[in-house]
Amino acid sequence: MTTTIEPAVFTEDPFDEAALKDPYPFLQRLRETGPVSYLEATGSYAIVGYDEVYEVLMDFETFISSGGLGPHDIRKDEAWRPPSILESDPPIHTVMRRALTGVINPSTVRALREPFTAPAVEIVNDLTQFDRFDAVTDLAEKYPIRVFPDAVGLPQEGREHLLPYGNMVFNAFGPENYIYQQAFAEGDAHSAAVMKLCQRESLDDSGFGAKIYERINDGLITEEQAALLVRALLSAGVDTTIFGIGNTLSVLARYPEAWQRLRENPSMAKFAIDEALRVESPFQKFHRTVATATTLGGVDLPEGAKVLVFVGAANRDPAKWGDDAAEFSLDRSSSGHVAFGMGLHQCVGQPIARLEMEIVLQQLLEKFETLELADEPVPFIHNVLRGFESVPLKVSPKR
Amino acid sequence: MTLTAPSKAPATIDTVIDSVDRAADEVVTLVLRRTDGANFPAWEPGAHVDVHLENGLIRQYSLCSPTADRSTLQIGVLRTPDSRGGSAFVHDNLWPGTELTISAPRNNFPLVKSRKYMFIAGGIGITPIIPMMEAAEAAGKEWVLHYGGRSRTSMAFLDELVTKYGPEKIRIYANDEDNMLDLTQVLAMPRAHMLVYACGPGGMLNAIEDLCMGWPPGALHIERFVATELGAAANSEPFEVELAQTGTTVTVQPDETIVDAVEQAGARVLSSCRAGVCGTCETRIIAGEPEHRDAVLTEEDKAAGEVMLPCVSRAAAGCSRLVLDL
Repeated sequence: MTTTIEPAVFTEDPFDEAALKDPYPFLQRLRETGPVSYLEATGSYAIVGYDEVYEVLMDFETFISSGGLGPHDIRKDEAWRPPSILESDPPIHTVMRRALTGVINPSTVRALREPFTAPAVEIVNDLTQFDRFDAVTDLAEKYPIRVFPDAVGLPQEGREHLLPYGNMVFNAFGPENYIYQQAFAEGDAHSAAVMKLCQRESLDDSGFGAKIYERINDGLITEEQAALLVRALLSAGVDTTIFGIGNTLSVLARYPEAWQRLRENPSMAKFAIDEALRVESPFQKFHRTVATATTLGGVDLPEGAKVLVFVGAANRDPAKWGDDAAEFSLDRSSSGHVAFGMGLHQCVGQPIARLEMEIVLQQLLEKFETLELADEPVPFIHNVLRGFESVPLKVSPKR
Repeated sequence: MTLTAPSKAPATIDTVIDSVDRAADEVVTLVLRRTDGANFPAWEPGAHVDVHLENGLIRQYSLCSPTADRSTLQIGVLRTPDSRGGSAFVHDNLWPGTELTISAPRNNFPLVKSRKYMFIAGGIGITPIIPMMEAAEAAGKEWVLHYGGRSRTSMAFLDELVTKYGPEKIRIYANDEDNMLDLTQVLAMPRAHMLVYACGPGGMLNAIEDLCMGWPPGALHIERFVATELGAAANSEPFEVELAQTGTTVTVQPDETIVDAVEQAGARVLSSCRAGVCGTCETRIIAGEPEHRDAVLTEEDKAAGEVMLPCVSRAAAGCSRLVLDL
């Protein structure tokens, strides 16, 4: 029989600006208090050990999603929008997930390689005239917004709302602090515009959006669910990939020898991306709700408690990855990282995100002999995402 | 069940048939013993053996005897109406005392460790599931079997399973009793830490795959019957494969696979089953026309011609050169 202990109480606020700017020293202090501890500032339990995070993600019956990914239990307090697939449990989740996976899977994503390549070639070619550029503003913020809405089948008009809307959705997984308030400043306008984009009549006939609506015909999902699924694609499919590209380059720019090895062997690009996402995971943390009292990491968790799942801590847990967990290594197998989640709610758009990142990186490897930091990256202040406003690079284009 | 993809033959074992029993309509079970009296190599639930038939055919059959008893192996064989001679030969020509050459057991359908299992079997698809249930029971796991068939008389091992495990764990569905296995219902509610293991006809597995899209990725494990048996390759000529990543060209002889030839040339292909059933070796085609011989790609995928499974698929007749993203 295992005995349980009262959790250690941690007094620092995970949503404090310093912890958001540079999360890793904060996470190190949090990890030192134990794999599961109580967060005084938020009244939730911090899950930071890899094994414990993995268990929360896999046990979707005990750690449910219908309480929302934010700090409030949306089963009790009303949410700011109708719950998404991310905020649902089986069996409601099951039909929505089936509809989505039927539309977005390795086979349908494979067909995107060609249409996704030309814009990457164009954007990267334009950059070859410079010795310096910004990985975020000149590249990451330009590419996904150009290819992903096309794949979903969106009209041109209204796309400008996607980034602000994504910023709202993810910031709402944290508390209603000043960051949240800023994200929601023109929230109603962005919400309305995005909901309009999600309607069947807004979408073209060939994109993922139309294919999701087709599942109404065989009775799998309702029209309302179809709109919510398109909304899920639009809220989750743009910011995360932008941050994924920016973060990957922020890492690679610090490892010039890795850049050379990748140039010699560009087929390793996908492994480099995977490892970079482990080290700098764009989606750092979110909440789950304890459905029935349980014990995790030796700590009793009461029914109804919120747990704050630190993906970014699990992906750097020395117990899982070794003492050099914080270091990027092309030779490490990053398999098992939870940057895309794991289990029932694992990111459906993962093959699309990976494809976009791989295409961009391969273009860069082809065109630039070296790629290094020109200056320190500037972090983007966000409640749950980790990314940069700016990653200044100096490069030597292949002449 | 049968897997009918060619694979490089491992060392063979000479056996003699100990007994032949009629297990259900059109189903016989064969118990095999080694002619040298020794034990068979150890094997795990989900394993199969290649059976070398006297008529020259090689067929794969799942093992359904207890893994702990290595003195004998049991296989179950359904006579398939469209059989090109494998199962019919077994039914018509094999008797106690007949000698039979088999391969060592191999496993493309291993039981991955988990806390809970749901087993789904359609007809003769029950065979690989039998040792899995034994293992799950012995380890004290929570599990259930949903076992469907045309009629009770067509379903092998029915009574002994119910007697051994009870009706709570063994759920029987017989079409002729107006009690069809409702896959939508049994898979409606994904469970945490539960893996789904399914074996049966293609249509059933396709439906299960669709339903399990709502389950955690990786929860579903299936073993496919290949409905149409894989005949000889249409192209009996050697052909060339260019490995685009290195520019190397290798020649693939009629009696070897692309994966074999590539590996002999010192390049790497990630592969697992080497039988066209797991999909691990999926490779992008840069140029050339393949002859798809696997059981993984959809008809749509095959028509698109963008990827192939080089462990079994080859260059199409008339295509002397494939360029692959290897």
